[in-house]
Amino acid sequence: MLTLIVFLPLLGAALAGFFGRFLGDRGSQVITCGLLIFSALLSWIVFFDVAVMGNVPEQIDLGTWMRVGGFDFEWMLRVDQLTAVMLIVVTTVSAVVHVYSIGYMQHDPSNPRFFSYLSLFTFFMLMLVTSDNFIQLFLGWEGVGLSSYLLIGFWYDRPAANAAAIKAFIVNRVGDFGFALGIFAAYVLFDSVRFDEVFAAVPDKADATLTFLSWELPAITTICLLLFVGAMGKSAQLFLHTWLPDAMEGPTPVSALIHAATMVTAGVFMVCRFSPLFEYSEVALAVVTIVGAATAFVAATIGLTQNDIKRVIAYSTCSQLGYMFFAAGVSAYSAAMFHLMTHGFFKALLFLGAGSVIHAMSDEQDMRNMGGIRKKIPVTYWFMWAGSLALMGVGLPIPGLPIGFAGFYSKDIIIEAAYGAHTWFGMFAFVAGISAAFMTALYSARLMFMTFHGKPRSDEQTFSHVHESPKIMLAPLVILVLGSIFAGAIGYGYFVGGGMEAFWGESILVLEDHDSIEAAHHVPVWVKVLPLAVAAFGVLLAWMMYIQWPALAGAMARALRPLYLLSYNKWYFDEIYDFLFVRPAFYLGRSLWKSGDGAIIDGVGPDGLADLTLRVSRRASALQSGYVYHYAFAMLIGVVLFITAYLFVQAG
Amino acid sequence: MGEIPWLSIMTFLPTVVAVGLWFINDEDPDVVASNVRGGALLASLATLAIAFGLWTGYGIFNHFDPATHEFQFVEHGEWFGKGGFAYRMGVDGISLFFVLLSAFLTPLCILASWTAIKTRVKEYMIAFLVLETLMIGMFCALDIVLFYVFFEGVLIPMFIIIGVWGGPRRVYAAFKFFLYTLLGSVLMLLAIIAMYYQAGTTDIPALMAFGFPRDMQIYMWLAFFASFAVKVPMWPVHTWLPDAHVEAPTAGSVILAGVLLKMGGYGFLRFSVPMMPEASAYFTPFVYGLSIVAVIYTSLVALAQTDMKKLIAYSSVAHMGFVTVGIFAMNQQAVSGAIFQMLSHGVVASALFLIVGVVYDRMHSREIESYGGLVHRMPKYAAVFMLFMLASVGLPGTSGFVGELLVMVGAFQANTWVAALIATGMILGAAYMLYLYRRVIFGEMVKDELKSILDLDRREVLVFAPLIVAVLWMGIFPMTFLGPIEASVANLIENYQAALAAAGSVPDAHALAAR
Repeated sequence: MLTLIVFLPLLGAALAGFFGRFLGDRGSQVITCGLLIFSALLSWIVFFDVAVMGNVPEQIDLGTWMRVGGFDFEWMLRVDQLTAVMLIVVTTVSAVVHVYSIGYMQHDPSNPRFFSYLSLFTFFMLMLVTSDNFIQLFLGWEGVGLSSYLLIGFWYDRPAANAAAIKAFIVNRVGDFGFALGIFAAYVLFDSVRFDEVFAAVPDKADATLTFLSWELPAITTICLLLFVGAMGKSAQLFLHTWLPDAMEGPTPVSALIHAATMVTAGVFMVCRFSPLFEYSEVALAVVTIVGAATAFVAATIGLTQNDIKRVIAYSTCSQLGYMFFAAGVSAYSAAMFHLMTHGFFKALLFLGAGSVIHAMSDEQDMRNMGGIRKKIPVTYWFMWAGSLALMGVGLPIPGLPIGFAGFYSKDIIIEAAYGAHTWFGMFAFVAGISAAFMTALYSARLMFMTFHGKPRSDEQTFSHVHESPKIMLAPLVILVLGSIFAGAIGYGYFVGGGMEAFWGESILVLEDHDSIEAAHHVPVWVKVLPLAVAAFGVLLAWMMYIQWPALAGAMARALRPLYLLSYNKWYFDEIYDFLFVRPAFYLGRSLWKSGDGAIIDGVGPDGLADLTLRVSRRASALQSGYVYHYAFAMLIGVVLFITAYLFVQAG
Repeated sequence: MGEIPWLSIMTFLPTVVAVGLWFINDEDPDVVASNVRGGALLASLATLAIAFGLWTGYGIFNHFDPATHEFQFVEHGEWFGKGGFAYRMGVDGISLFFVLLSAFLTPLCILASWTAIKTRVKEYMIAFLVLETLMIGMFCALDIVLFYVFFEGVLIPMFIIIGVWGGPRRVYAAFKFFLYTLLGSVLMLLAIIAMYYQAGTTDIPALMAFGFPRDMQIYMWLAFFASFAVKVPMWPVHTWLPDAHVEAPTAGSVILAGVLLKMGGYGFLRFSVPMMPEASAYFTPFVYGLSIVAVIYTSLVALAQTDMKKLIAYSSVAHMGFVTVGIFAMNQQAVSGAIFQMLSHGVVASALFLIVGVVYDRMHSREIESYGGLVHRMPKYAAVFMLFMLASVGLPGTSGFVGELLVMVGAFQANTWVAALIATGMILGAAYMLYLYRRVIFGEMVKDELKSILDLDRREVLVFAPLIVAVLWMGIFPMTFLGPIEASVANLIENYQAALAAAGSVPDAHALAAR
């Protein structure tokens, strides 16, 4: 069954990719969507079997991949509780996005290619989550990167899309560079790349050291930090986040599937999967927490001022991923996975809703040109509110019976766990998390108000064309709406509540003195109320700035101009990287080529030699004067030299 | 012995056919050309069939035994009386797949030149068949003099192919190629003579077991290095390669990248490491240094290229940097990875040169700027290009990944600095290949002269199909190749460690723990 789940999407991708021309648009859509829905149904069965019923995890051996000396591993599919959660998130969102795309892409001439890429992505994502060794994880990891590259650059006529696609691939490769070194280090330390063998050996190696570069470092910490560099790239964490907003150049369903719900969460999944490693390194956990918290904060500040509707959601994604990371960093892995799941629902909903808006607005993405359309597209409007409220984490923290949207449960448990961890970095994450929660509410409400409320700011023609999306786009959203509303309440008990240990089994390891989830259930009341209070304040502020006194937003931007510019220009990361890396690389390339290869190596080497030969031969030809006595004289000198040399040799 | 001398048959079959082709004459040059093309293709396919048969043991052939490191299918013929050098052939796990690679690429080259070569078709095909003989002979030779004859002989048809059917600056390119190789060849010949005087034999297995004194190893190593480093090519003796590639006809580039570059790596594995282990250990940091520079330097240079063939040529230098690191890291993963990387590069770089050749045949330009938006007219082409681009950047699931991964895993055990520095090639390689692909394939099609360009025709699909199968097969089922390599590599490393231990110079702990 697992084999089917993983390979059906590949089959769909191959059929649509190779035979798209014969199948036509409709055929490709039906085949890929059908196979994916089937795969999603099977995933739910597996999920209930493994996670809810607690049956034995499954492993399917598909044969040896490599066996070189002790470097030995198989093609292997494995499902445990952690994988089961990922399976349902990936296949469900993917199926929804597939169906939605039938409507969204109806005017696009390259339908088979689009559906083939989507299915291909799903296949690689499933390989990623079902892997049982580092290398297969890496295969899925790079494979989803490839699909992301293909889909960001799907509209290959647009220079911006091509640039964004390359940027995404290369920034991810920077992360993968660290990931790969982490794998090598793990192999050197553990003599294996299979998860089971590695995890079993960790306690024995907790104090081992490893020579990396020129330093003798604690082995586990080194490995974790290197692996985390990979996670930072894939999950767009601070310093390696710059590709994600640009990735919005891709079609909107892609943003929903890859750049919100699934691929970007792979980094979080990875840290949770490697919890048996990370648990043994305080340093690595602290780094994960700080990077996550900082990302949650910085990305939220940028989200406040962006005008492109998709970019706001993209920075929001960055920020939410930061939450998941600092949750993992304070050992609340199950909370991270919980938020991953709920976020998958509501963020996909927001993106697809935004897609519906863009579709309605004749491909307009700038919120400054929207406004006043809530009456025209009411279904989208209410769906978007459901997603936004879930993102803000709205709910009522009634003791004993909390009620709220999905994000309310998952985000609050993260913030509480950060507080409950009682470490300095946990506290840092708590403060960052609360500030980010405030900003999240502010930018989400801003997005809703600017897009749907107020006076129409679009031109007449566009405005008159605004129409609700077709049913094929709205129907799949219902699943996501239900998820955004109920997933938190339903999942709470299993993921982070009383049923937690039975649910996760042995797939996540938390050392005893790291039990922040347990602590999270016993935090003071103000900690539980605070996130909600700041969120309410954020919404209120947004209402004042964008509905009640629209001039206020501009006035604030002027008053806080340096801060506004910093946020609006995304903290100048792109400019700095361009100056530090991109330009120097091209400059170095050109100068090494022209002066290194050209002037120095060739100049001294073959060209120089040729030149020298030519000059010598010119001189030599000048000697050929044609006068007999010149030659005779030369011969005489030669004879004298020979005789002299002969005598020397004889004497010697 | 009584066995059929398959290696000799395989080696000389192309030349025998080439001699036959010489006598094809007709008043109509088209008749000659088509007969010659067909004959050459059949001959190269027959050679491939033998090579394949020896590997798989299918039908009348003996099976190549992957469990032993010994040379197999050995042939022995006295030549210049006793004690002198003799005609000895044989293959082991290290050379087997290089033979197969040579036999695999030659028919593709002939097929790729089907319409591109219009002048002197007969001579061209003969040159290729002779080239095939020399390549296969070189990988099979078990006598160092015989090896030398094949090794240098390969250059002659290559010179001719570049010099006669090459581009406008072919004389400069051929001359540069010649200057570089000349120096190395002379020094290597001297070293071979010295070895003969010292050991009294030219038999390769005997020389491997001989154990030369340390001082002599150092000199000999340098002499061999001068020759092999140029072939690989290692930085800074790589500058002949971009020029040679640019001027060579497409099929010439394929053989150059696919097989000739492997002669250096093969030479290190067959001579430098087993015959001069102490010198190899001594010079390992030096090789690391040059290889790291090669990876980073040439990747950056590739980023700045405006000529497609030059870009791929520079990328070859970077990829071969991985190979030299792997060979000298001297553990099971690194050396197997180096061999695998050579095979993978042989397939991938060949395919990339063929890809450039496809558009060159149509537009007669290699400038990146003359293209753009090809995907609109050439979707099949774009897909094939995409696959090989991904293989070149080492995406998992393709052959490029396996080689790079194994080399880096091996290098990490030997020296983490080396592994970390060559791993930057992962990033830079992605940068220059994606940038190339974007400029050629993506974007709007604005140039008028491209608007009637045609997608791959049937013959071209036929050329690429085997390469596509190979690159995916090697990526997904690499054990097909890694298995037979293993025993020979293990033996190589074992002897290397034993020699170092005997000499008292203990290698570093990681190398000793080679797994």
